Amino acid sequence: MSAAPKTIPGAANTPFAFTAENQVEAERIFAKYPVARARSAILPLLDLAQRQEGWVSRAVVEAVASMTKVAPIMVWEVATFYTMYNLEPIGRFHVEVCTNLPCWLRGSEDVVRAARDVFGVEIGQTSADGLVTLSQAECLGACVNAPMLQIGDDYYEDLDYDRAKALFTAMKQGRHVNGGSQAGRRCSAPMGDLTSLTTDPTTPEGGRWTAESSPAAGGGADGPR
Amino acid sequence: MPKLTIDGIEVEAQAGMTVIQAADLVGIEIPRFCYHERLSIAGNCRMCLVEVKPGPPKPQAACALPVADGMEVWTQSDLATKARKGVMEFLLINHPLDCPICDQGGECDLQDQAMAFGSDRTRFREVKRSVTEKHLGPLVKTAMTRCIHCTRCVRFIREVAGVPEMGMIGRGEHAEITSYVEEALTSELSGNIVDLCPVGALTSAPYAFNARPWELTKVESIDVLDAVGSAIRVDARGNAVMRVLPCLNEDVNEEWLADKSRHAVDGLRYQRLDRPYVRENGKLRPASWEEALATVAGKLLSTEPDRIAALAGDLADAEAMVLLKDLLDALGSPHRDCRQDGAALDPDDRASWLFNPTIPGIEDADALLIVGADPRREAPILNARIRKRYAMGGFPIGVLGPAKDLTYAVEDLGNDPHTLRALASGSHSFWRALSDAERPMILVGMGALARDDGAAMMGYARRVAETAGAITDDWTGFGVLHTAAARVGGLEAGFVPGPNGRDTSRILEGTANGSIEVVYLLGADEIDTAALGDAFVIYQGHHGDAGANRADVILPGAAYTEKNATYVNTEGRMQRTWLAVHPPGEAREDWKIVRALSSAVEKPLAQGSLEAVRARLVEVSPTFAPGNEGQVVPAEYSATHRGFSGRLDSAPFVSPVVNYYQTDPISRASRTMAACTDVYINGKASADKRTGTDG
Repeated sequence: MSAAPKTIPGAANTPFAFTAENQVEAERIFAKYPVARARSAILPLLDLAQRQEGWVSRAVVEAVASMTKVAPIMVWEVATFYTMYNLEPIGRFHVEVCTNLPCWLRGSEDVVRAARDVFGVEIGQTSADGLVTLSQAECLGACVNAPMLQIGDDYYEDLDYDRAKALFTAMKQGRHVNGGSQAGRRCSAPMGDLTSLTTDPTTPEGGRWTAESSPAAGGGADGPR
Repeated sequence: MPKLTIDGIEVEAQAGMTVIQAADLVGIEIPRFCYHERLSIAGNCRMCLVEVKPGPPKPQAACALPVADGMEVWTQSDLATKARKGVMEFLLINHPLDCPICDQGGECDLQDQAMAFGSDRTRFREVKRSVTEKHLGPLVKTAMTRCIHCTRCVRFIREVAGVPEMGMIGRGEHAEITSYVEEALTSELSGNIVDLCPVGALTSAPYAFNARPWELTKVESIDVLDAVGSAIRVDARGNAVMRVLPCLNEDVNEEWLADKSRHAVDGLRYQRLDRPYVRENGKLRPASWEEALATVAGKLLSTEPDRIAALAGDLADAEAMVLLKDLLDALGSPHRDCRQDGAALDPDDRASWLFNPTIPGIEDADALLIVGADPRREAPILNARIRKRYAMGGFPIGVLGPAKDLTYAVEDLGNDPHTLRALASGSHSFWRALSDAERPMILVGMGALARDDGAAMMGYARRVAETAGAITDDWTGFGVLHTAAARVGGLEAGFVPGPNGRDTSRILEGTANGSIEVVYLLGADEIDTAALGDAFVIYQGHHGDAGANRADVILPGAAYTEKNATYVNTEGRMQRTWLAVHPPGEAREDWKIVRALSSAVEKPLAQGSLEAVRARLVEVSPTFAPGNEGQVVPAEYSATHRGFSGRLDSAPFVSPVVNYYQTDPISRASRTMAACTDVYINGKASADKRTGTDG
């Protein structure tokens, strides 16, 4: 996590207004909260604005502040507290590579290297063509499919150098790549054959635990069969 | 009423109190950084950890823990002390060891607590964080590396000052206190965050590196730069006032102080009149007291009494005014006035020019109408009290006047004086809000009274008060907000036109057309000096301002930090300043000058000592009785004021305080106030853009 910027970048400031479609959504979000708790809408409104603009600018902060009727500093406090609000402009795609321990052990450095090779960026940089911004993410909770990265709302898992390079190349060429495991497995099922639950669990042979079979009921000292 | 024991002492606390408040009741001091009794509870410094039973087997924050019946609290147990030592170690991890170059040194909460709970060595081997300085305006200097994130400043600025401009951005290691886009704070109370800061992160910029607290002599006194009369402590080194801090006075300023009162004191060092001057061939030249007094006496004695007049300014003390009044009586001149702004105040009707509800009484009011006043700039401390009442809720506020940005939500009644007539006749919608209230309050400012139709304004405003039920047996909701510390004292001391005497506007008329030949200005600088015409002008005062510039003889007086003097605040609260430093050079206390002049004109006044002058004041008005010091002497409101005359002018109200930072000779001489004027009034970027090498 990098330190919050010292000031709101004023020079890079752009005027902001929700699009007509997002305005409807913003009003729907705003209406969800009681009038006296309007500031509860700050988080979802900032998220909506970030989805539209890619980042939270000073104009976004002030628009959300005026909508929720709080001082801009209070919105700015929220925006700087959470790491998932981008406080500086980013590329079209925000590639967040998990580099926490499990992903690192499984080769997240290769993923970062692939990004460097394809886009020519280091962590924290935006590619020259403005296509991607590469960031380092803390654990995103998909360790079982490590190493992984996040682009927008999608996870791309089971990466290695080649798969990451393929993904990045596809992005560069404007091709869509489905999220999920890039190794072809479903969710986090085993990569090869099943290593457990290899029998039908509903039969006694399958090892289904029943009250009769429990050791307490005298069902056998060796536990479930 | 829950009963609990703290360190074995039984305490009966009120329900809803927290443990730290209950401990304060019995004088057990629990260390704290973030907790402050006038701010909301944050509970983030963890310094007030105490051991509590029954409860979880871990220390708890006393500031945020509500008292409960049968609770047992230990503030000095091993568990609590160990916990505090741990907290202190964490606080000191990122706190620089720069006490020797820190302005807070010697009066630092962290320093004091570190003596009690700190370790003499560190276990922290990593690099301390550093934080860039923030720009908070010309009054507050920052050293944010020292910040311990107690958020007192943030809470003060949001809650008391009412300008939500500060906040804590980022989190954890990267948390920083800042103002939004690093704009200068726009509060007139911003200096208070320096007092609140428990460390040296926020220090006074004008006072930076000027003195150490143990070098200062401290004298408790009264502020006179607005009409509130805040309690202050004047810190002086040698014969120089180094700084002014607020003192606790629950009835007036609680523990806050407005920025001008705090930071204009450097003006006491510049533009001072430190010796008498006499004008010769059109130029002022230094003179001796004997010569100056002889010149004045010669002029006074050679002029017909009816052609002599006197005006008292905004900082004049009651002692000097009562003696000057007696001197004019002895000379036979009835022409004098202490209302140099020409406010329509009836000297005989005391209730019509006092802030009758009193400042603490604001908290009892339940509706407020502000007429022609800008309390935020005219009396920031009083405005903070209105905001405090507003924050309690159920307090409709209507503003008929120039300023609506008063730090609380107001109903905008426009700025048309005729609206006041509609209010007086009960036909205005806000009149309903006033009459529905049990204790409505009408606050009338000098923006309404100090104009040609002031008498009519006063009449209509009083009629609003009377018809809306603001005058009852136990509540006088009509209040006048003065802008000058001297005004009420002058009215009490009778420094007003005698029989057939001229008031301010007629005195200036007289000087312009030659019917007044000698004018005695007792610190009167806010008049139109061009209107003084060819009159012989005697100026008695402490600063070379407009009056001295025009004067033919200058008699150097003492400023409020240099004399024991009496002032009466806008409520009618008689208070006294104390001499903290001596007047510079040959300047003298003001009453002594008048007394010496009385001898020079061979009509010596009987009062030869301060006690005698004060006894004379008591003769003039019982308000000045010694037992009344610090007290409001209530006025009897004589209902149904019918005798007002005149029509309302339709010109909009204009507050007399256009530039809050420069309203009197002292603040006009102050460089700090000039810097504030540049930033806040003229909108220039602050001159003190830091270079990063200034420590």
